[in-house]
Amino acid sequence: MLKTVVLHNVLMETVIRRRRSDSVKMAAGQQWVLVEMVQAFYEAPAYHLILEGILILWIIRLLFSKTYKLQERSDLTEKEKEELIEEWQPEPLVPLVPKDHPSLNYDVVTGPPSHRIIVNGKECINFASFNFLGLLDSERVKLKALSSLKKYGVGTCGPRGFYGTFDVHLELEERLAKFMRTEEAIIYSYGFATIASAIPAYSKRGDIVFVDEAACFSIQKGLQASRSFVKYFKHNDMEDLERLLKEQEIEDQKNPRKARVIRRFIVVEGLYINAADICPLPELVKLKYKYKVRIFLEESMSFGVLGEYGRGVTEHFGVNIDDIDLISANMENALASIGGFCCGRSFVIDHQRLSGQGYCFSASLPPMLASAAIEALNIMEEDPGIFRVLQDKCKHMHKALQGTPGLKTVGEPLTPALHLLLENSTGSRTNDLKLLRAIVDYSLDRQIALTLARYLDKEERFLPPPSIRVVVTVEQTQEEMEKAAQCIREAAVKILK
Amino acid sequence: KTLGERECPCRQTSKSLPSVERLVLMGIALQVCHAACNGELYSRPFIESFEETPMLLAVLTYMSYGILTIFGYLRDFMREWKIEKCHTAREREEQKDFVPLYQDFENFYTRNIYMRIRDSWNRPICSVPGATFDLVECSSNDYNWTFEYTGRVVKDVINLGSYNYLGFAENTGACATAAGEVTVKFGVGVASTRQEMGNLDRHEELEKLAASFLGVESAMVFGMGFATNSMNIPALVGKGCLILSDELNHASLVLGARLSSSTIRVFKHNNMQSLEKLLRDAIVHGQPRTHRPWKKILILMEGIYSMEGSIIRLPEVIALKKKYKAYLYLDEAHSIGALGLNGRGVVEYFGLDPKDVDVMMGTFTKSFSAAGGYVGGRKDLIDYLRTHSHSAIYATTMSLPVVEQILTSMKCIMGKDGTTIGLSRIQRLAENTVYFRRRLQEMGFIIYGNNDSPVVPMMLYMPAKLGAFGREMLKRNIGVVGVGFPATPIIESRARFCISAAHTKEMLDRALDVISEVGDLLHLKYSRHKVLPSLDRPFDETTYEENEE
Repeated sequence: MLKTVVLHNVLMETVIRRRRSDSVKMAAGQQWVLVEMVQAFYEAPAYHLILEGILILWIIRLLFSKTYKLQERSDLTEKEKEELIEEWQPEPLVPLVPKDHPSLNYDVVTGPPSHRIIVNGKECINFASFNFLGLLDSERVKLKALSSLKKYGVGTCGPRGFYGTFDVHLELEERLAKFMRTEEAIIYSYGFATIASAIPAYSKRGDIVFVDEAACFSIQKGLQASRSFVKYFKHNDMEDLERLLKEQEIEDQKNPRKARVIRRFIVVEGLYINAADICPLPELVKLKYKYKVRIFLEESMSFGVLGEYGRGVTEHFGVNIDDIDLISANMENALASIGGFCCGRSFVIDHQRLSGQGYCFSASLPPMLASAAIEALNIMEEDPGIFRVLQDKCKHMHKALQGTPGLKTVGEPLTPALHLLLENSTGSRTNDLKLLRAIVDYSLDRQIALTLARYLDKEERFLPPPSIRVVVTVEQTQEEMEKAAQCIREAAVKILK
Repeated sequence: KTLGERECPCRQTSKSLPSVERLVLMGIALQVCHAACNGELYSRPFIESFEETPMLLAVLTYMSYGILTIFGYLRDFMREWKIEKCHTAREREEQKDFVPLYQDFENFYTRNIYMRIRDSWNRPICSVPGATFDLVECSSNDYNWTFEYTGRVVKDVINLGSYNYLGFAENTGACATAAGEVTVKFGVGVASTRQEMGNLDRHEELEKLAASFLGVESAMVFGMGFATNSMNIPALVGKGCLILSDELNHASLVLGARLSSSTIRVFKHNNMQSLEKLLRDAIVHGQPRTHRPWKKILILMEGIYSMEGSIIRLPEVIALKKKYKAYLYLDEAHSIGALGLNGRGVVEYFGLDPKDVDVMMGTFTKSFSAAGGYVGGRKDLIDYLRTHSHSAIYATTMSLPVVEQILTSMKCIMGKDGTTIGLSRIQRLAENTVYFRRRLQEMGFIIYGNNDSPVVPMMLYMPAKLGAFGREMLKRNIGVVGVGFPATPIIESRARFCISAAHTKEMLDRALDVISEVGDLLHLKYSRHKVLPSLDRPFDETTYEENEE
């Protein structure tokens, strides 16, 4: 770089000098030019001569040096390129999965996935599906879905924008908003895509999201798609969250102009699927107003479970739902249909109708599934006692599982999906999983259908420990729950010794 | 030698010319040559056209956006000073001092342009989305800010908007009956994931059938088409891998590519030179900065592009992918069922071997009138997805009535129901497509895309015409879909017709008459009948790269 600059200067200099002499003695012939030059040489000040001398030496040096780094990276010839292409061997598209991979062979369910379920040919009582309110088996829901099918067919053949909006979609959105007592609701055709689309609709590159470490996988994917800064705080640890918020506050004071455009969000789950406990929502709301952060709440596990009328964690804590900026939940657990929804104020929700990727670019929810969800909501509204029953059963199951030898029950008494962890890990995840799987198999043989909680080991930000999932539903009787607890105890004694 | 340059006569002649002239000439010649040289790869004529936008129209369209923008600013100014009532939802008083949830200028387009023609989208329907449908009538008294339902129903509107290619959107017949039985027996939900308690024998049966339909070793199905892309691409590629993505790929492919954290490079739509150049450069130069070779290269393309109506140049793509040892991920969302003699999609259409496509992806939303998506391929690929797909582990399984709809419609397409209904529908669709496209072209409309593509984009250019066309068509009982910015380039607003096997000739004729009538009314017959081959679309070497940490 320096060399080029110098060279350029030198050239400019010579050009200017040449021009000057040319203009003076253009017509006078060659010897006059020489004389002029000699004359100029005498007249010139000493410093000029020295400078000129140095420049000439530089030129000579430049001419004879051969350290052009740019030249060294000479372009490849066509032949070399061909050779490189010939040489390149890609990795196989996917690595080979070993035949005995623990999750390669799924358990096969024959017949309906309801309270009584046939797993691998064995008839069992279902302690694995998230069918909390038993609505999957409801005749009313089935008949409503059937009549909807007879009216609309199955598929919608288009996204919401392009004639994929059915009157039942609008009805469902209205009903959900009314049920949750919010201004507006929006439905998605896939539970997983709901929060995963909602987060990137608001949080963009440069924004900051504070997330609980136990956040579920769809939240993690939503965050990744948003490309925002993600700051994880320890699970349900408000002090840790406040520490991060304070850090950010200090950061903001350094650069207040930037701080004015950075959006901040707290993303939490109402009832954590991975940790089976409830988020401290009142504290979160306090922090929200103190630090001016918006709260997004994922309620897939708590919607239709917590609260007197099943409105979820806001009702459970008596928090004003308007204090939560966005609530998202899927309709696949308590509502026992398919899809998900977001609800909140119109100012927030309406933005997703053009920015929610999973909403705009995906085919809409089959109308029969929307009808099924509407009927499920009807049942929930007509009989709010159902939530009380579920909560009592959850407490009962939680109590019954206490003191299982070698297994630790993780989760609050109110959670319908508990985790059973090994008290003493063998030190290897694979072996732990094998032990737990043995317990599951033992139970399957005794008419209790359980399942391992599955995770993608390498993809999870904070991989939860291996566990057995125990799901409580309103359909399970006292005896069945006792039997399940008894069975797990036996298995634990037998297998864990 | 690159594929595009094989024994090109013009290349030899151009060698003797001085270098600058040669470069210019080669630029032109290569495009023409390309088509000629690779012609042998195609088993059938590949006719695709994208007539150039007339200059006057382009200018007028830009002007119309300019005027809309000026008025938009004016209106915003008036709203600011409360001269005009502002209808947009407002932030809560308690949260006024929060950082705004979304930037106001982000919504300038929505507020001032989209709002004027908003009634053309999201029109609710209240019947089967078949060859005709019933619309819920709605009206707006405040220029589309809010809609009121009048309580009336617009009956028997001819449906040119739904992706109901094979006409399986039905509420009677074999599919609906079978799905109804399953609903009563199984219910609609599953309430668990594939790997936990949501793997039913019905799902496995569907996967086997799908694999045999596609002609692949194995297949896996997922509950949502969009998520099939966005949740499976990250399982296939990761850091140190390169994704080559067509510039017009669907949002789900783009999202999947982003979530995979591999490097993404974008090539010109369906342009083989652009793709080949990227492939060569990638292998020769390796990864940026470290110059390590790429772990693998995955090409992402769609079978039929739903906005352009173009069909992937699959024979050339396969030749390229073989030559450069890249992998091909083919999204057949719109082409499965809609192309090929037996509805097997774009692979069958070109008479190729499904084994040459590494990942066959598609959806059940369109031709099968259900929901969800599939991935098909070699057994090791599917085994890997069964253990590593995000969808299999974290997402609820496909609803059983939906599974039944797919099973029944797929069996019908394959002729396994003992009838020829499926085959005749495929034939019908192909005939309808050719007829409809030909007639529109004859009328003088500018139609984009391949002659065999059932998606028929018709150019409108101006945003105002986009709204007017939709309204005028609906007045005459025909439902069409308009697409504008940001789904298309800003001046290329278009109407899009989706042809279905359920359309009768009478319906199509009626629709064509109306389109012609409205076309005259709105002056839409722009075509100067200079049908150019698709390769003459300008090719420049601008590509952009996305690097994800």
